Amino acid sequence: MAPLATPGASSPSETTSADLLRFAAIGSVDDGKSTLIGRLLLDTRQLFDDQLEAVAAASRRRGGPALDLSFVTDGLRAEREQGITIDVAYRYAATMTRKFIIADCPGHVQYTANMATGASTADLALVVVDVTTGLREQARRHACIAALLGVDQMVVAANKMDLVAWRAGPYERVRAEMETLARRLGIGACTVVPVSALHGDNVVVPSSAAADYYDGPTVLEALESARAGSWSAAQGAHAGTAARLPVQWVLRTGTGRAYAGIVDGGPLRVGDPVVVLPAGLATTVTAVRTYDGPIAEAPVGISVSVELADDLDVGRGDMIAAEQDPPQVTGDLEATVCWFGATPLCSGDRFRVKHTTRVGPARVVEVRSRLDVHDLSLAPASELADNEIGVIRLATGTRLAVDPYRANRVTGSLVLIDEATHATVGACMVGPPSIGPLGLAG
Amino acid sequence: MTATDTAPTATDTRFRADHLALLESHAIFVLREVASESERPVLLFSGGKDSAVLLHLAVKAFRPGRFPFPVLHIDTGHNFPEVLAFRDARVAELGEELLVARVQDSIDRGRVADPGPGRSRNRLQAVTLLDAITEHRFDAAIGGARRDEDKARAKERVLSFRDTFGQWDPKRQRPELWRLYQGRVLPGEHVRAFPLSDWTELDVWRYIEREGIELPSIYFSHRRPVLERDGMLLAVSEWVQPSPAETVEVASVRFRTVGDATCTGAVRSEARTVEAVIAEIAASRTSERGATRADDRFSESAMEDRKREGYF
Repeated sequence: MAPLATPGASSPSETTSADLLRFAAIGSVDDGKSTLIGRLLLDTRQLFDDQLEAVAAASRRRGGPALDLSFVTDGLRAEREQGITIDVAYRYAATMTRKFIIADCPGHVQYTANMATGASTADLALVVVDVTTGLREQARRHACIAALLGVDQMVVAANKMDLVAWRAGPYERVRAEMETLARRLGIGACTVVPVSALHGDNVVVPSSAAADYYDGPTVLEALESARAGSWSAAQGAHAGTAARLPVQWVLRTGTGRAYAGIVDGGPLRVGDPVVVLPAGLATTVTAVRTYDGPIAEAPVGISVSVELADDLDVGRGDMIAAEQDPPQVTGDLEATVCWFGATPLCSGDRFRVKHTTRVGPARVVEVRSRLDVHDLSLAPASELADNEIGVIRLATGTRLAVDPYRANRVTGSLVLIDEATHATVGACMVGPPSIGPLGLAG
Repeated sequence: MTATDTAPTATDTRFRADHLALLESHAIFVLREVASESERPVLLFSGGKDSAVLLHLAVKAFRPGRFPFPVLHIDTGHNFPEVLAFRDARVAELGEELLVARVQDSIDRGRVADPGPGRSRNRLQAVTLLDAITEHRFDAAIGGARRDEDKARAKERVLSFRDTFGQWDPKRQRPELWRLYQGRVLPGEHVRAFPLSDWTELDVWRYIEREGIELPSIYFSHRRPVLERDGMLLAVSEWVQPSPAETVEVASVRFRTVGDATCTGAVRSEARTVEAVIAEIAASRTSERGATRADDRFSESAMEDRKREGYF
């Protein structure tokens, strides 16, 4: 594996956007997550009159309160009938300062794949905890999976404060619990806000009810001031990588070829010395373009095409990487896997893997261990059941240019594809589980 | 608070990764992934604003090359003439291949029952679309649907799997992590790809403004005869004629969506420019589909049910 901390790797934070925050909303069933999201949308005026009327009508039909905000987010018939969330729902909100993409994630263990889908691109987790019960199993599990997927900021809504008469005790208990959890998960930023989603206190509109013991931000203020655009960058204190451009598409220009894709890790500039991987050919970037014209530097997250000084054999699935800090090229990986298959994952199982823009065959050489999400320990294991997380060794039939997941979410991730059905059955992160300040030993 | 972030200008933002630039880059990425991984992709084009944006993004993704897919219009036969004119002009200008699949043909072949003159053919489009997908053996259909349009759409993946019957099963969606879009299917199955998933109505309009994207004229305020039916303002046309109880008035209107003319409502508006439309939308209290789509107004599962049947 490449070293975790790479001197000279540039930070993407200067070039990624500050005005788009993606966050995953997570929590145990009945802690009020749907109501909190509904409240956030209502009070930032994202809901239209006809949508509100539909929510009011649904509330009336089910004999609940006049405006049950949880109906804003539950979309599928089965979800409304069962009162649960099955799949991620995406919601959008915009304020004066930011656009938010909200992945409203399901709580049940059997929907872990959907939760991971929502968390995999999140900059932050919004965790809803019921102060009358404290942190429960589902929310703990979800916070753990979010951290594993690289989420390193957390805003906690200590919800239902109205039910405990806004007393400090229950809030402080949740705050202590969540700060401890955040420390264990290696989540550096954790803000715990006392709220009542039902009444709208401290979600968007500040409340004085907790003034005696809380002078922090509302949930919205915490979301507006969080670090944005970090999902594809390094986690927390870990060093990131320099520029990587997985080649998606080759454009034939009048003068030659241009290699198109999204740049990650760090910006790519005209004149940068680069290597084309896995072949390892060295060359130089001679042009960076968007459709609208040439630019001097490709910022992280932006679709560009680049031209190279030498006439090389470069195609889809190859990676153009900064020469100074290239990824490791290997066909033998240790990875943390979230397994979603119907039958257990065992050594010898064969798949197709997709890593960046490259697809090829792979074989599980060994299932090594299983992660216990309660105590974050790894125990030896020889197979993984549906929704379990563990560490495996993977042999790939084509060499891949990989970085540790904690250094780069794009070049450090791959999915396992069932060869018979083509379904996506596993999500792999290169390296041991990156939970906790230093990660766990594999 | 809604949507009043500072309007970017064309010159200072192109290389700043603001949220429109990130949405654009992501959509281009999705188009290139689908074009690379699918054997026979197709781009669905309705003539509406979202598909006009899709065409623009395809230009950015693939020029100076040609599109690696044809463009397919599912024609209900209940068209606004301005939209057909726009479709033909735009496709000719791009020099790309246009396929048209007609709901009328599905009716004539007995695949679907004619709902009768003046009745919406919106739901029938699913059959025509699935037949076209089967006929051409398409394995990926790229559409302009957005998650902010409807609560069933809010749950859908960017690459959304369809079985051999064209059905969407919302309880069995593929996990879709990171940017690893996975559109591999077995023969007879296909995926729908939605590059604009994370765009809102306002994002689309801001992008149209920034990029100077041309739209059918009915998106802007114009005067035309309309009548009110089921609380919606419908354009009087060959298929929409007043009943004795209904009165026709000539009003200044524009359309927020473009679909089957029998179920696409107009909104009263004086907005003649993109800028004026954006100002109206930012202040609007009615959602895009709530204002203008009769078919979604009667059930909280209307879209989910249509999607299960293979609708866009």
